[in-house]
Amino acid sequence: MAEHGTVSIIINGVEHDVPEGERLITAAERVGEYIPRFCHHDKLAPVGKCRMCLVEVEGPRGSALTTSCTVPVTDGMVVHTETDVVKKAQEGILEFLLLNHPLDCSVCDKGGECPLQDQALAFGAGESRFIEEKRTFTKPIPVSELVLLDRERCVVCDRCVRVADDIAGDPLLEFIDRGSYVQINTFPNEPFSSYFSGNTVQVCPVGALTSVDYRFKARPWDLESVRSVSLVDSVQSSVDVHTSRGKILRVYGAENDAVNEGWLSDKDRFIFSAFRSPDRITTPLVRDGDGFKETSWSEAVELVAMRLGGHVGTEVGAIGGANGTNEEAFALAKFMRTVVGSPHIDAQLGDGLDPHLASSITARGTISDLDAASTILVWGPDLKETLPVLYLRVRKAVRNGAALVVVSPYSTGLDSIATHSLRYRAGSGPEILRKLAHGDAGYEAVTETLANGPVVALVGRSSITENPMLAEAVAAFARSLPHAKLLPLLTRANVFGALDMGLAPTLLPGRVSTGDAAGVSLLEDSWGPLPESAGKDTMAMLEALIDRDLVAVILAGADPIRDCPDPAVAESALDAAEFVVAFDAFMTDSTRKAHVVLPAALWGEVDGTVTNLEGRVQRLRRSVQPRGMSISVSAALDDIARAMGAELGAADWQLINKEIAAVAPAYAGMTADYLTFEAGEEGAVVPIPGATQPLGHIPVEVNVPVVTGRFTLHLAPALYDAGVLVRNSHMLEGFADPGVVRMHPRDAASLAVADGDLIDAEGVGLPVKIDPEVPERSVVITRNLDTTRGIAASADIRVETVRGEP
Amino acid sequence: MTTKILTTRMDAHPTDSHTLSRYLATGGYEALTKALTEMSRDDIIEEVKASNLRGRGGAGFPTGVKWGFLAPDEPRYLVVNCDESEPGTFNDRQLTERDPHQLLEGIIISSFALDVHHAFVYIRGEYPKAARRLQSAVDEAYEAGYLGDDVRGSGFALDVTLHLGAGAYICGEETALLNSLEGRRGEPRLKPPFPAVEGLYSKPTIVNNVESISNIPWITSNGGAAYAAIGPERSAGTKMLSMSGHINAPGNYEIVMGMTWRELIFDIGGGIPDGRALKAWIPGGASAPWFVPDEHLDTIVSIDDVAANGSMIGAGAVIVMDETTNVVAAAHRILRFFAHESCGQCTPCREGTSWLEAVLKRILDGNGRPEDIDLLLDIADNISPGLVWPPLMTTICPLGPSAVSPITSITRWFRPELEAMIARSEVRVG
Repeated sequence: MAEHGTVSIIINGVEHDVPEGERLITAAERVGEYIPRFCHHDKLAPVGKCRMCLVEVEGPRGSALTTSCTVPVTDGMVVHTETDVVKKAQEGILEFLLLNHPLDCSVCDKGGECPLQDQALAFGAGESRFIEEKRTFTKPIPVSELVLLDRERCVVCDRCVRVADDIAGDPLLEFIDRGSYVQINTFPNEPFSSYFSGNTVQVCPVGALTSVDYRFKARPWDLESVRSVSLVDSVQSSVDVHTSRGKILRVYGAENDAVNEGWLSDKDRFIFSAFRSPDRITTPLVRDGDGFKETSWSEAVELVAMRLGGHVGTEVGAIGGANGTNEEAFALAKFMRTVVGSPHIDAQLGDGLDPHLASSITARGTISDLDAASTILVWGPDLKETLPVLYLRVRKAVRNGAALVVVSPYSTGLDSIATHSLRYRAGSGPEILRKLAHGDAGYEAVTETLANGPVVALVGRSSITENPMLAEAVAAFARSLPHAKLLPLLTRANVFGALDMGLAPTLLPGRVSTGDAAGVSLLEDSWGPLPESAGKDTMAMLEALIDRDLVAVILAGADPIRDCPDPAVAESALDAAEFVVAFDAFMTDSTRKAHVVLPAALWGEVDGTVTNLEGRVQRLRRSVQPRGMSISVSAALDDIARAMGAELGAADWQLINKEIAAVAPAYAGMTADYLTFEAGEEGAVVPIPGATQPLGHIPVEVNVPVVTGRFTLHLAPALYDAGVLVRNSHMLEGFADPGVVRMHPRDAASLAVADGDLIDAEGVGLPVKIDPEVPERSVVITRNLDTTRGIAASADIRVETVRGEP
Repeated sequence: MTTKILTTRMDAHPTDSHTLSRYLATGGYEALTKALTEMSRDDIIEEVKASNLRGRGGAGFPTGVKWGFLAPDEPRYLVVNCDESEPGTFNDRQLTERDPHQLLEGIIISSFALDVHHAFVYIRGEYPKAARRLQSAVDEAYEAGYLGDDVRGSGFALDVTLHLGAGAYICGEETALLNSLEGRRGEPRLKPPFPAVEGLYSKPTIVNNVESISNIPWITSNGGAAYAAIGPERSAGTKMLSMSGHINAPGNYEIVMGMTWRELIFDIGGGIPDGRALKAWIPGGASAPWFVPDEHLDTIVSIDDVAANGSMIGAGAVIVMDETTNVVAAAHRILRFFAHESCGQCTPCREGTSWLEAVLKRILDGNGRPEDIDLLLDIADNISPGLVWPPLMTTICPLGPSAVSPITSITRWFRPELEAMIARSEVRVG
């Protein structure tokens, strides 16, 4: 008998101990016996459809051919994978699969990386005896705007259907017809519009599903693959970036079970198309009247150095840094605190959380803690819209039996699988939190569910109209739940890395509070004296610019006019500023107000490290050269510092990386070498064992006021909005919602408006969409669309009917 | 005297045997009363076990034993399979059209015995009359208190729901039937889990054939031992046979097994029209390997005797072919059926059945090659390894191996005819 938790099986005469209950095909592979397969996929439920994995399993009535993907291993199981019977069965299946499969490998995108091709070579008979005519279909047909289907090539493995249905929760693909005419299709008038459609292309074992973008672009053997990280949201999914001749041609999800388990959102997968947008900024630009003129790097650097050097340090602020690497963020933090001498630094734009809560919450969990949770509490932004890969992980946990409690001012993608879905009027979150905490009448069932630990609580700000202190109170409540682990939800790609690098008015690198005298003194040993005054956050910086307390501002990939809660304030602030320098890849509402715009490299173009929402640090690797004259923010800052007579030590990312490991306490030892040679492909969560985490933020119950007013506003996030990358991606632009005001039928009645009527929301005209899912006296408007970006995120909103013709 | 269990009422009262009034006038629902008032659930199950009733859907698995596998989880369901689609079978249709209350009484007694409170009847969509008749019977039964919250004052609650299929042969396979009933594609499920553990809506489910369930009232009234005493020991009771093809008296016959095929075809079926010679017959529907006169005329008509001779009684479809039959064309016709009806989910069946059909078609079109016979057999072997009986399979369900039966039959019994056809092609082509 094998040791506990394992069973002993005999494969081809050799005994192996393998995990109990594992599927035979997986157990065999674990011990080095590869059994061919098409429909089997480790992350999908078995279907046993392709029959390729037939092996002989001995039973009471002799050996029987059995699909190894469907049977769990049992103690004493005797398996043969190489007998004549097995060989004949496998050759037979391959011959069957190839009967109607076009032999167009030479033009098929899959050719060269095709499991059917590979296994036909390894396990097939070599020649077909099929002399009849092959079945043909019209090719290809679009199943969505991103994915094409070549039905002739399909081997009916059911992987795409299972990915769409089980993994993504979008049951939009199904087989139609029968026999050899069976084919994948969508339902009538229901295209495969899923945030996760690209995963079907990745799991397809043949060239049946191809992405519109990659089709006929390259041969697999001409591709170079670089393991990196998708810097689209704070999950930071692991990816393999495939390039050819200096261009990114496609992005595949990489198997990292700690993070994304191989899955990606379509935004992760296709956003790279923005990198090659013709609208990229490729040279430094300086203000020339109402427009800009191109200039050289040296002139631009001289100008920025002169203008920044001409002010007292504390009159300069820096906003942004959450979309780059840790090294870029660290360089900016160091530049501001040492070269400029200013404490006014913020990676968040008034849309986030207390940086201490975000960077150092106690009992911080990991993404994979969700797998073991009995109960999951989600109180924050709609995961499907903001952190779609985390949404998949929650779905998986629920599929495996976890209870789910979702609390939100508006319907979310998780509601349909939630055990309890609590809806509240935007602005009245504190009320429901009190009821939940006290187990008020009507909430007993929810309280009972939450009492079943271990609990993983995902806590964030469901809308920028929501008071950020509510998340603090929710976190304090969640922390009281049994065996609770907390995951703070901020969504911007490397915001957690940026906060950890000290891009916050109250944080120094390595999760050290500016109020921690010992920590400050330790950093001063390396950096010299730090600014003494308290730093301002983004909103305070913008107000200070208007009040002329601040005169210059650095925008590091930040667009406060789009992203901060009050666009009008941001606009006035940038107008009032004497000097604005922006690092960006695209012109935005904010960069248009800059005096100097420096072309910034995007994440596929730089090297470094990044930190995700669980504090996991991974290596981000350069896969292509930066466009035009773009360089990393850190390299640019190094030049500017030198022009200001200072040495930043940021010329090269590896230098910065070493300095981070040396001066940022929580990042002690977290070097690129550690990540490459010791941590493995999963990355490592900071602090690594042995390092210290100076700040341990304990969330506190706070008394958050409930917002009252005729209507309260929920500004809902959407995956496809008018964000700078989405609108510059030819793959994804156009997917954004046109923008509507959702309201409850009774509210619509009281305003005497019907679906589609135009109404005035704080001066912005938008059509009404009547939606019974919206709580009464709330309105829900999607944030950051071209039509909605003017709406300030005040919780209380004025909504009026429009008089006359729209 | 011939023993009849299932067809006495319809024979005696051909115009109104389907009505509740006629059913009650001829002793109907007395078995139910007995079951509800005199018997425990276990008593009924014991009687069914004692009857040796073997499932009439084709596999011949003992009904009482199957019932014993029903898992204790609740709710649990009874599903009656009336998706009678095997080419050559039409006896469930007659039982449902002509004596729907007998079926319904069987359903109620079985549901009571199995502690089921919701039973489903899945009727093939091409049987509108059977569906209409059964729905009327269900309506009458609700009206009269045989169905509903309190069956005849016993406190036992039962609902019966009819569901019409949409024309797929595969939905006669019990797990494909369950998928279809749930609104999914009619594709067989992987087993295990078996329906008795995880069936309809993932709950314990017994799936029984119409004929099996129609026998339950008689067994309840007369006892399992009385049923077991009819016919050969392991083929107890009566069996409905649908006789068709080149035969003088085609139709449904309720017989007691144990006679020879010669007696069945020539005495009961009236022999072959115009005195032509018998060439072959299929003893149990299109899925079954064929029998031939030289070998099988004196074989006994029983589940085990047919099995021992490499075929099956199946759902009871006897298809007779006389000397004028082109057996290659007949085999092709059957292959065309299976290729058309393959659900397509698993590779060997999806691709193999249509390949077999294509090769036979090519031979029929005069383009056969000598190597085609070995090719046919090897394709068949890749669907049903070893070409043994009962069949082994590389497939998920037995549809693929069923399609192999005509191939093994014509190559085994009519190889010279096949070779001759191919040889003529050679001459033509050459």
